[in-house]
Amino acid sequence: MNLIPEPLAFELSSPGRIGTVLPECDVPATPLPAAMLRADLRLPEMDELTVVRHFTRLSQKNYSIDTQYYPLGSCTMKYNPKACEAAAAMPGWRNAHPLAGEEFTQGAMELIYRLQEDLRKIGGFKAVSLQPAAGAHGELAGVFMIRAYHIAHGHPQRVRMLIPDSAHGTNPASCAMAGLEVVTIPSDADGAVDLEALKAACDDRVAGIMITNPSTLGLFERNIEKIAKMVHDAGGLVYGDGANMNALTGILRPADVGIDVMHFNLHKTFSTPHGGGGPGVGMVGADATLADYLPGPIAARNGERYSMVTPKLSIGRMKAFHGNFGVLVRAYAYIRMLGEEGMRRLAESAVLNANYLRSLVDKAYPVKFPRRCMHEFVAMGDIAPGIHTLDIAKRLIDYGYHPPTIYFPLIVPEAIMVEPTETESKETLDAFAAVMLKIAEEAKTNPDLLHDAPHATPVGRLDEVAAARNPVLCYRG
Amino acid sequence: MPFIPNTDADRVAMLAAIGAKSVEELFDDIPAARRFPKLGLPAGLSELEVLREVEAMAARNVAASSCAWFLGAGAYNHFIPALVPALASRGEFLTAYTPYQPEVSQGTLQAIFEYQSMACALLGVDAATASHYDGATALAEAVLMAYNAAPSRNGIMIPAALHPEYKEVINTYFEAFPDTIVEYEGEPAEAAQSIDAGTCCFVAAYPDFEGRIHDLSGVAAAVHEAGALFVVLADPVMLGLFKSPGELGADIVAAEGQALGNSMNFGGPFLGMLGATQKLVRKLPGRIVGQAADHDGRRGFVLTLSAREQHIRREKAVSNICSNQGLTMLQTTMYLEALGKHGLKAVAELCWNKAHYASGLIGKLPGFAVAPGTFFKEFVVKTPRPAEEMAGTLERRGIVPGLPLSRYYPARTHELLVCVTEMNTKDQIDLLAKSLAEVAT
Repeated sequence: MNLIPEPLAFELSSPGRIGTVLPECDVPATPLPAAMLRADLRLPEMDELTVVRHFTRLSQKNYSIDTQYYPLGSCTMKYNPKACEAAAAMPGWRNAHPLAGEEFTQGAMELIYRLQEDLRKIGGFKAVSLQPAAGAHGELAGVFMIRAYHIAHGHPQRVRMLIPDSAHGTNPASCAMAGLEVVTIPSDADGAVDLEALKAACDDRVAGIMITNPSTLGLFERNIEKIAKMVHDAGGLVYGDGANMNALTGILRPADVGIDVMHFNLHKTFSTPHGGGGPGVGMVGADATLADYLPGPIAARNGERYSMVTPKLSIGRMKAFHGNFGVLVRAYAYIRMLGEEGMRRLAESAVLNANYLRSLVDKAYPVKFPRRCMHEFVAMGDIAPGIHTLDIAKRLIDYGYHPPTIYFPLIVPEAIMVEPTETESKETLDAFAAVMLKIAEEAKTNPDLLHDAPHATPVGRLDEVAAARNPVLCYRG
Repeated sequence: MPFIPNTDADRVAMLAAIGAKSVEELFDDIPAARRFPKLGLPAGLSELEVLREVEAMAARNVAASSCAWFLGAGAYNHFIPALVPALASRGEFLTAYTPYQPEVSQGTLQAIFEYQSMACALLGVDAATASHYDGATALAEAVLMAYNAAPSRNGIMIPAALHPEYKEVINTYFEAFPDTIVEYEGEPAEAAQSIDAGTCCFVAAYPDFEGRIHDLSGVAAAVHEAGALFVVLADPVMLGLFKSPGELGADIVAAEGQALGNSMNFGGPFLGMLGATQKLVRKLPGRIVGQAADHDGRRGFVLTLSAREQHIRREKAVSNICSNQGLTMLQTTMYLEALGKHGLKAVAELCWNKAHYASGLIGKLPGFAVAPGTFFKEFVVKTPRPAEEMAGTLERRGIVPGLPLSRYYPARTHELLVCVTEMNTKDQIDLLAKSLAEVAT
């Protein structure tokens, strides 16, 4: 880590410095409308080397998969092959315009079509759309589809969406954006959906259920077929949140257990680096009930010719053009490299790694629902008097590890959510577990080591409360 | 497998440690009849084979770099300095997650803060978010923000000449809500006079889909007088030269930031830019970074105002957005710092001069006419023959002359939307004019 404070670009700026030279204008100038012009533009002025060093030094203040183990639960921070980057960077993609004539973009449409087919097979869907730009965007498309279906079938009163209390916050937030009411379904003593509560909520106002399987507890919802049947019998539809698909590729096709519509996060399971926040793709797949409602356009094949078409009852567009195409290229290349066998090996290894790691640390960090986990597990961090999960997370940083996800899911107190992923070796897991156990010892013998952590980072714990109370959101110097 | 490291021997040792007999046993919770389906995918290939296959597909696209390219309409061919991809592909940026752990994410967080600072300057707003999916969803979120800010008002006024795909996205986002979307024609200043007590927001496009820059002075006063919010969709390259929407009184500003350092990529990933006045900061959807201090008083940056967001507020959040366009935002940050205040102005001037040179040449051709009004880098040309036919002929000669408007408006058969940027040389522009004349009859 680079510990030296890095000035803001504005503080590195010096009047008259030039970072990029553009060609001289080779046509006669046309007078500008003076009254419409701005007086000044406050951007920094830097030479090229200053810009290069600035960003290189900034990059050295990040933990990343390429530099550190990153067992961030629910986020599937696995290694993404560099070949996927090379595939996406080809000039034929980068310089392809989304509105160029169909005959000019056959390659792009073919790639979209092929990827649609691969993902359709992996999920067992009737059809998929690659339009949505992120997982939450795919969820939004899915709940729009469910809403449109009920309206089309004369049931506008079906506005209640059932959501287990372990769900990601995006599920209820997506429902609110689709004008639906959220009904929270509690978990039972086993961490699964409480079937009695579900039964009580299944009335003629139910639009459907949004279910994450494996759940955010890292547990497979064993009653999934029963749950789907209960909701279907009540006239509702089943939405599958595919955030945890890394546990299931080649193991289970979600549509086979009654999922009507589902999103996959291509940037998690199908290999696009997270980029410090995005971009992603929230592919949405549907069974026969909802396929005609998918967002469009989607790629279609007619003989050797490809085109983009919109399904007949489509909810419409979720964004301009054809989705985050660059991410689609990466996903295509990844699935092609893994193939049928690799898809299953991926999920098997993700699940084996999680169970193995859990077995190494669960004596020191109790797991609230201690049955066999899938691709991740949720432990608890209040392991010694005065010690909280946050302290353990920050102490891990001192040892060169990115912390796991903490304080989620909300139904586990002091949650530490660990997702090892399949791309980590046994040696990495052994080393990480050893550090976790060492920290558990420190928590008892020298708790201040944890309270004061991290010690070797560019900044210590930041006062987030003060930052939110008096927000400084841009440079004011 | 190269990216699934554990060998069969490793697996045996790990299974022994957890007390399982086989890997299959780990999946006992899954309904037996559904377990381990045959997917029907082909067998895996080597990196070399896959890259060869992908390259063959990529080669079937026509790249803007290989033609005289005058097609824009929402995706723009601009110059990207070499340092942008070189720095943005550093693994420390590329393979980091959303910066929820600030001590080990200061690189990403400071870059976002710098982006927000420059976006505020460009758009003329007090606060900007860390990115949205694209310009269309940023605009839809801006309109939703205005809609939610005024519960008793559900009228939305949008320009008829808004990008047709942006209109579609707004329609998708508003499907569930009682609303009245009214499209207005002509000058925003005139249309703003018809805002009534039921209108929550008035949207102006700056420039509009057909390239026109409308005079927005006076619009904000009329919109605010009527108690509504003024939303502007802007071209950020044009803002290198022209007054910012904020200076013109906009409350919320959305923009498509692709042109600032991101490739066209067949339409994505792009960059949704979104900002607002101080008064609306706590209603803004999406991540925002703020300055903070640690216990020693050292400056650092954190994700802030999280009480707006889904992971805290669930169904009461202002939006469901989580993953955004972090990497394209980073590229735009690098682009803006590499160009600086003079560079972006120079790009805007080149676009202006070259587009006006082109319109001058084309406007003089017999049978052609350029639509009246002030424009920046795009303008509509009335063509003597159906524009789609003419474009088809020129495309076979390596000239992509623009977007035939019939693509979105079937009745507008004889109109072509031409875009000229700093990428177009005088020779290309001369060739465009000459070739249009040749295929005019």
